[in-house]
Amino acid sequence: MVINNQELLLLEDKAHELRNLCVDTVMWAGAGHIGGALSSMDIFTILYYKYLKIDPKRPDWPDRDRFILSKGHVGVGYAPVLADKGYFDKELLKEYNHTGSSLGMHLDSAKVPGVDASTGSLGHGLPMAIGMALAARLQNKQYTTYCLLGDGECDEGSVWEAAMSASHFNVTNLVTIIDRNKCMIDGPTEDVMKLEPFADKWRAFGFIVKEVDGHSFTQLSEAIDYALAEKSAPVAIIANTVKGCGIDFMEGDYRWHYGGLDSEKIEQCRESLGRYYEKRCKEV
Amino acid sequence: MGGMTYTMIETSSLSTAELYGQVLCDLAEIHPDIVGLSADLAKSTKIGMFGDKYPHRFFNVGIAEQNMFGIAAGMAKSGLVPFASTFAIFTSMRGLDQVHTDICYQNLNVKMIGTHAGLSFGQAGSTHHCTEDISIMRTMANCKVIVPADGMETANAVQAAYETPGPVYIRINRGFDQRLYPNTGYGFEIGKAVELTEGTDVTVIACGSCVFQAVEAAKILDSVDGIKVMVLDMHTIKPIDREAVLKAVHETRRIITVEDHSIIGGLGSAVAEVMAESGKACAFMRLGIPDIFSIIGLHEDLMAHYKIDTNGIVENVRSLMGRDFEADENWDDEV
Repeated sequence: MVINNQELLLLEDKAHELRNLCVDTVMWAGAGHIGGALSSMDIFTILYYKYLKIDPKRPDWPDRDRFILSKGHVGVGYAPVLADKGYFDKELLKEYNHTGSSLGMHLDSAKVPGVDASTGSLGHGLPMAIGMALAARLQNKQYTTYCLLGDGECDEGSVWEAAMSASHFNVTNLVTIIDRNKCMIDGPTEDVMKLEPFADKWRAFGFIVKEVDGHSFTQLSEAIDYALAEKSAPVAIIANTVKGCGIDFMEGDYRWHYGGLDSEKIEQCRESLGRYYEKRCKEV
Repeated sequence: MGGMTYTMIETSSLSTAELYGQVLCDLAEIHPDIVGLSADLAKSTKIGMFGDKYPHRFFNVGIAEQNMFGIAAGMAKSGLVPFASTFAIFTSMRGLDQVHTDICYQNLNVKMIGTHAGLSFGQAGSTHHCTEDISIMRTMANCKVIVPADGMETANAVQAAYETPGPVYIRINRGFDQRLYPNTGYGFEIGKAVELTEGTDVTVIACGSCVFQAVEAAKILDSVDGIKVMVLDMHTIKPIDREAVLKAVHETRRIITVEDHSIIGGLGSAVAEVMAESGKACAFMRLGIPDIFSIIGLHEDLMAHYKIDTNGIVENVRSLMGRDFEADENWDDEV
């Protein structure tokens, strides 16, 4: 599915709107995992506004595509997407992380319509996604399961247990995307626990790897199209991203894994996101 | 119940785990939503019998328990009913994060059948003994915990697990268990203890392989000592049968719990919790594995060593008979 300029601009508009809504949600929550939420936002955008076959009015529609947010801590970026899609009222975002709210730091599939699996403990998403994909195969269903992992998450052994089994069972109704923002809580991934040669690792576990700019809708789209069509092996898309993407004082800084925003910072965020949006639109 | 009945005569050549495999095959014939998973223990846990019959519905993920439980969760989310089998120790510990978060937190319809539980893997030692799983699994919200006494009860438990929505953990042993029930038709119900002998002097509440030992002990205590023992097969540890525990407190005033498990957190603790909260205490003793890692040996020898076999139960019942529950105000002899 080639993206024309008009569609690209619509996606840029949407991503800009969602980045701002994410900042709002961090503000309402008091703090949040904003760095990783913003590195994933373009991936959320292209999946939810171009690829996923879903019906927010029927969140349990058996034939819907599945999306598993394995890097479950970025609910503060994911909840705005689900609200915008109409799974629940956007007003609910104002209660994010509040006592008794249905929207917590890690979204609960029993409480939040549209969330296909409760995640939070890392290394859990890909096994569950494989289970859903295998179930689709057994039940002769045509849906695709998408799984978004964090790169730091790939330190977990269960990710590689899952990768091995995706290859072994040739699970090709699955699209695995890794947000390679190169940061984790305690520092850059390569300092805390070296991941490189990262693509080679996925290849060694039986995946076909596509490395793309995770902030380019065109490149993401080409890679997803490839993954959907490829049936000889599962495909892993390594999306090279920037932590805190769009906010200049956060970009690439692992310390913005989690943080709060005062009113001055909120203003800086909005200005920076505005400049970032204009720059990206000019590049279309 | 699903209507499938089994008798000891038909199944006498089957170990408890083999009976599980057989029942699963029979259930799967009726219910196409059943799938099976194992982590390179298809043969040992006997879920391989299902795999041989339904290869396209069976997934062996290799030695990767975390992945197995995660995949099972994903399948259950999509409407399948996964039975996932590995050793009890790897179910309750190696894969616990996935059991906790993927399966129990999401209240998914996954049936976890852990084998080689307690000390039943005798010579394998503490890396493979599992004397903590009842304690661990009963703290998992949404999860039911069943410890069948023998093959017939396992057959009942597996069928009941399928018919009960949500996560269920069934704990069975390695190899053959002493047979207690001649068939499956004795009214098995999750959460309802089975009163095997009537008695007014003391109640022995047991689970798993200790139930048979308790029944044997009751026979000796009756014939030799004239002690009338009520034996309860407390096959469901969660939800515990509160009514049966309180009836035992009321009618016998002495309770001994017996389990092939640590005395911390298992059956004995569950019974003690019911008793303490009721405010109606009685003379009470927990038999099980003390707070240590076990020695190695044959299962029956280990049961004798830790006094959870017939002789151990007889000895401890005699000892408890000399202790009465005191309802006095004098604390000097208790503190």
